[in-house]
Amino acid sequence: MEILKPATAGTLESSDAQITVEPGTNGIELTMTSSVMNQYGRQIKATVLETLERLEVKNAKVSVVDKGALDCTLKARVECAVFRSADMSEKNIPWGGIIK
Amino acid sequence: MINKVGREIPDELLAKYGKEGYQGKNYMDGKYIQKAAPKTRRCEKPAESKIVASIVDALKLCGAKDGMTFSFHHHLREGDYVVNMVMAAAIEELGLKDLTIAATSLGKAHDPIAAYIEEGKVIGIQTSGIRDKIGEVVSAGKLKTPAIIRSHGGRPRAIEGGEVHIDIAFVAAPTSDCVGNCRGIGGKSNCGSLGYAMTDAKYADHVVVITDCLVDFPNMPASVEAIDVDAVVEVESIGNPKKIASAAARISQNPRDLMMAEDVARVIAATPYFKEGFSFQTGVGGPSLAANLFLEKAMDEKGIKMGWAIGGICGPMVELLKKGKVGKVIDVQDFDLDAVNSINQTPNHFEMSASQYANPANKGAFVNKLDYVVLAALEIDTNFNVNVLTGSDGVLRGAPGGHPDTAAGSKCCIIVTPLTRGRMATVCEHVVTVTTPGDCVDVLVTDYGIAVNPLRQDIIECLDAAGIKHVTIEELKEKAYSLVGRPDDLEWEDKVVAILEARDGTILDVVRKIKPFDPDKN
Repeated sequence: MEILKPATAGTLESSDAQITVEPGTNGIELTMTSSVMNQYGRQIKATVLETLERLEVKNAKVSVVDKGALDCTLKARVECAVFRSADMSEKNIPWGGIIK
Repeated sequence: MINKVGREIPDELLAKYGKEGYQGKNYMDGKYIQKAAPKTRRCEKPAESKIVASIVDALKLCGAKDGMTFSFHHHLREGDYVVNMVMAAAIEELGLKDLTIAATSLGKAHDPIAAYIEEGKVIGIQTSGIRDKIGEVVSAGKLKTPAIIRSHGGRPRAIEGGEVHIDIAFVAAPTSDCVGNCRGIGGKSNCGSLGYAMTDAKYADHVVVITDCLVDFPNMPASVEAIDVDAVVEVESIGNPKKIASAAARISQNPRDLMMAEDVARVIAATPYFKEGFSFQTGVGGPSLAANLFLEKAMDEKGIKMGWAIGGICGPMVELLKKGKVGKVIDVQDFDLDAVNSINQTPNHFEMSASQYANPANKGAFVNKLDYVVLAALEIDTNFNVNVLTGSDGVLRGAPGGHPDTAAGSKCCIIVTPLTRGRMATVCEHVVTVTTPGDCVDVLVTDYGIAVNPLRQDIIECLDAAGIKHVTIEELKEKAYSLVGRPDDLEWEDKVVAILEARDGTILDVVRKIKPFDPDKN
């Protein structure tokens, strides 16, 4: 998928994560902060990158502000931000397809 | 060396401090302690009053100089102004440096001290609680010497044994008379018990009372006595009353807390110590405090009364005392206004010192007579070791408090905690820091089940007989990891930023400087 415009999903509440995607030209440019960085930073990064790969996002600026979200939450927030950026979040979401 | 709880304690550190690693519960039993007497000033010539004009004057009177150790107590909790006032006077007005703060606990109220640590003016911290800004700068390795963390019982042991020599003790007194008889009530910043200040006042070379309410002589019965006091300073305010004692501690309405609290009461009711005259302590955390409610019900059903309760005291326990359901309450600290207004007022509500409460080196600490204690935990591992000091990210943000003392002294120590907090697994493989050794912890109650320490087969039999389901702690840990994912191990540098003394004075664990995870490099 192509990131067409900036989009955000998620909140800054405890146990959530706020994901922002913006158009980019230089692969995935990831910045992240997390309240559980020292224990889960590696896993959060892997989860975000895997989800972007599954959605076939090749170029994007991605910001993750994690407040201790579980993996399932992180995936859902990334999926939502990407679909919003492509104006595809309103209908015909491919549940069970590339959206897990 | 690797100590009894499997922690590596650097040999050079043991040599430097003349310490041993932790050897297990009751290791020091029967050994002798040489007490260290203070060198105090004689006040022979009759004087009308010891009041001096300012904290600076009091510091000068006590010969304050570079390198001294100042002690403080934490009854004013997050409302305390006294630590910051004294340190500002010493450092900014008198230009002192290389100071050590020996406090019974430090909190967010003391954030300004972090700057003195960074400037190198404060070079030592000895405390139970260490958190917020002070926790951050110490964790970042900015304190010149490792912080020394002790339990509430370990501190008076260390003071009495001369391991901590207090040059000047500062007593934050809600009321004092002109010669320094102090009480925790009767003023405008009341805190109730002054139990943590008592040992400090007896063993410090100098004692300065700081009050915002001077009362007529004699202020009796005094918690800290004029015979130990050098100077009295009157200030505008010693603390913010709203943060000293909260309004009545309310029992949680959170159904998860209540469910766990009910399980705690069921475990207690299933064990043989639950009989007429039993003794009890609980914390003030959600589920621990709520246990009072269910315990009362269980007592009524069995037709028994509690003999006595100790600890930090709050409203619900005072309520039980007033209803005649507990015989005596003995109190080292008060958490809410109900408790503050009850100590030494309600019949059978008494004050005690930290040493009398929990010191393992004296001959009769109250914790040694405890039947039950109900405590919280930040983390508990599969060996039942508890951490209440460091966050799962390795940063100092807690306090052993009376946790290790009551756990070691009681016949049945129950830890109550949710299985996970956010993405944190409370039940884990290895706690970040061992603050209470697993050989002192008997039962774990979580929202996903109860586990009993295999060392306590007797309690396992009691629960089985009562039909209370329990699982292994390994099962609880796996359940936690299945919910939140298995965390990576923290990475540390070699530098030790804090030394955690076991209550008996051996070294239980050390906290090293954390190496933060950098997502750009990993």
